[in-house]
Amino acid sequence: MERRTVFGGWLLPMLLVLPQLLLTGFFFYWPAGEAVWSSLTTQDAFGQGVVFVGLDNFADLLADPLYRQSALLTVGFCLAVAGLAMGLALALAVFADREIRGKSTYRTLLIWPYAIAPAMSAVLFLFILDPRVGLLGRWLNQHGIDWDYHLNGGQALTMVVLASAWKQVSYNFIFFLAGLQSIPRAVTEAARMDGAKGWHRFRTITFPLLAPTTFFLLVVNVVYAAFDTFGTINALTHGGPGKDTETLVLKVFRDGVVNQDIGSSSAQSVILMLGVIAITAVQFRFMGKKVTE
Amino acid sequence: MKRRTLIAASAVVPFAQARAAEKTKIVWWHAMTAALGEQVNRIADEFNKSQDAVEVQAIFKGGYADTMNAAIAAFRAGQAPHLVQVFEVGTGTMINAPGKVVKQVWELSKETGVALDPKNYIGAVRGYYSLPDGRMASMPFNSSTAVMWYSKDAFKKAGLDPEKAPATWQDVVKAAQAIKAKDAAEIPMTSSWVSWIQLEQYGALHNLPFATKENGFAGLDAELSFNSKAHVKHIDRLLAMAKDGTFKYSGRDNAPDQLLVSGKAGIHFNSSGMRGDMVKSAKFEWGEALLPFDPEVIKAPLNSIIGGASLWTMTAPNRTPAEYKAVAQFLQFIGKAENDAYWHQHTGYVPVTLGGFELSQKQGFYEKNVGADLPVRQLSRGTVTPNSKGLRLGRLVEIRNIVYEELEKAFQGGQTGQQALDAAAARGNKVLREFQKSIKA
Repeated sequence: MERRTVFGGWLLPMLLVLPQLLLTGFFFYWPAGEAVWSSLTTQDAFGQGVVFVGLDNFADLLADPLYRQSALLTVGFCLAVAGLAMGLALALAVFADREIRGKSTYRTLLIWPYAIAPAMSAVLFLFILDPRVGLLGRWLNQHGIDWDYHLNGGQALTMVVLASAWKQVSYNFIFFLAGLQSIPRAVTEAARMDGAKGWHRFRTITFPLLAPTTFFLLVVNVVYAAFDTFGTINALTHGGPGKDTETLVLKVFRDGVVNQDIGSSSAQSVILMLGVIAITAVQFRFMGKKVTE
Repeated sequence: MKRRTLIAASAVVPFAQARAAEKTKIVWWHAMTAALGEQVNRIADEFNKSQDAVEVQAIFKGGYADTMNAAIAAFRAGQAPHLVQVFEVGTGTMINAPGKVVKQVWELSKETGVALDPKNYIGAVRGYYSLPDGRMASMPFNSSTAVMWYSKDAFKKAGLDPEKAPATWQDVVKAAQAIKAKDAAEIPMTSSWVSWIQLEQYGALHNLPFATKENGFAGLDAELSFNSKAHVKHIDRLLAMAKDGTFKYSGRDNAPDQLLVSGKAGIHFNSSGMRGDMVKSAKFEWGEALLPFDPEVIKAPLNSIIGGASLWTMTAPNRTPAEYKAVAQFLQFIGKAENDAYWHQHTGYVPVTLGGFELSQKQGFYEKNVGADLPVRQLSRGTVTPNSKGLRLGRLVEIRNIVYEELEKAFQGGQTGQQALDAAAARGNKVLREFQKSIKA
């Protein structure tokens, strides 16, 4: 059955989509267009002398080993954050999906971290992990473990991954829980009657049925790790020590806002934008297929 | 009746507006928080009360970087504030601003006929914000310098004389070793603002160039030269101290400050502006001392350089000569001895005018607050050379970040002092060339 509203003319439909078009144009296409234009220029901070330089900014970036290093770091960081945040959330959701006492309280509490601002979560982590004032940080140092993320790149990276993943666990938890609850009981019951035990049943029945949720979350988490972790990382390490925690979005901020190098910063934004467009396109294709199948 | 009131009202309103418009409004963006912000508001209030032609509106715009970015964005939109407070490392960007973005102090003074004489300002402060020929570009406002802080308690415990701070780096090393040997403090020595204090200040004190072309004052084509033998010697000293546990690198900018305030550090390097915090929060006996020097590099150290911020006059389309004149009058007002002295005594910043310093002396401020004149004395000793005038480099914030990064790698043991400074200079030079290109554009 065709469920489509057919309009007589083009005026009314245009009017109806106009607000959305205006919003998108104003808040997305215009700034994005500005960014693309800026990425093709070099200019002073005050925008007094703007010179068109074509793709020079992009060429400089791709030739810069530090940029490639940052890109590589970002990929690793995103995968680590997404993996950790989703793994933990899935485990929690599986346990919360059972019949346990105080279930609703437990679920509500798990959602709280999502409401904490990134900079605040960073401060909380400092209270725990700072080598000289943090609880755990001091304990480690007193017990012969040389914990100092100011100087140890690996430790700094571990810390920002933990802090970033922690914040995203609650979000993933909600989706996984909803996903688990939408799995028909009959299917799991049937598996149970066929003798599939806990882990086996999860691996062969539950997890495959969760695939759409998992894939959706993977995309959301990668985008989160690539962009929304700026506040956390900036407050925790400023991208240091060295460049060991400087992800691409930190570099955009540093070059554009601190350094006033508008051209290069815009070029980096455009590259990031292309990345997001690619990820989203993949997601739409995949999800679209699922729906039509 | 109704009609009459309307007529009466319409007659009154334009009149009232005209009255209000007689006052020239000046907008001043600043970055001073908490108690400092109150002092800024006080200055504006005092000025507004002192006359009835001009009204200054002080508006807090966030941290230094935020304030500067806001001003830049506002300029691009044709809405720049009349005055903006810009931190010292932003000076290179502001002074090289193309065309008519800013009105430099000498230009403002000439156009408006309001006297703003550079000679009233302390040399080491004025120099940072002046053109090579001595004309002032921006108005000195809040200035501090770097000093050495130490815990007298830790010194006593280590068997050192708490009233005699080490004057040379050799003695500092010995003191730190004594503190470590006697376990008198958890961290014998640390430092905030490592680039500013251990490279920029160190260079000024020892008459070593941070960059060619008079530290950038004489041209945009300056190249970084902080990888000289003498600089490397100092960084190697810090690296050696880090290795034997007498120096602890504890993060960028002022992150290490808490280590001193909480009493964990024996010796610490930071801005003189820390004094207020120490008075309020340090629960132990502490001392403030001159920055140490290395007698093997220079016999008598030169002046240190400043940190802090200055005020820039910005332009906007439709801005009238009356407004510029009001700005100049306000700048003249804050440079008056009594206002400068009040600001200095209530904030912990150094006085920026000679008059303000002398008045503070006359008022007996330094007898009541022993050591509060130490930063001024350190700033004004000796003769200012091109190496101790300050830095005039574009994108200095980024260069400092690069220095942090390379030094962090060295403190991790990944490279030597020479390699770190060479790499930082090479990367920093690239930043300088980019800046040069953007200015020429």
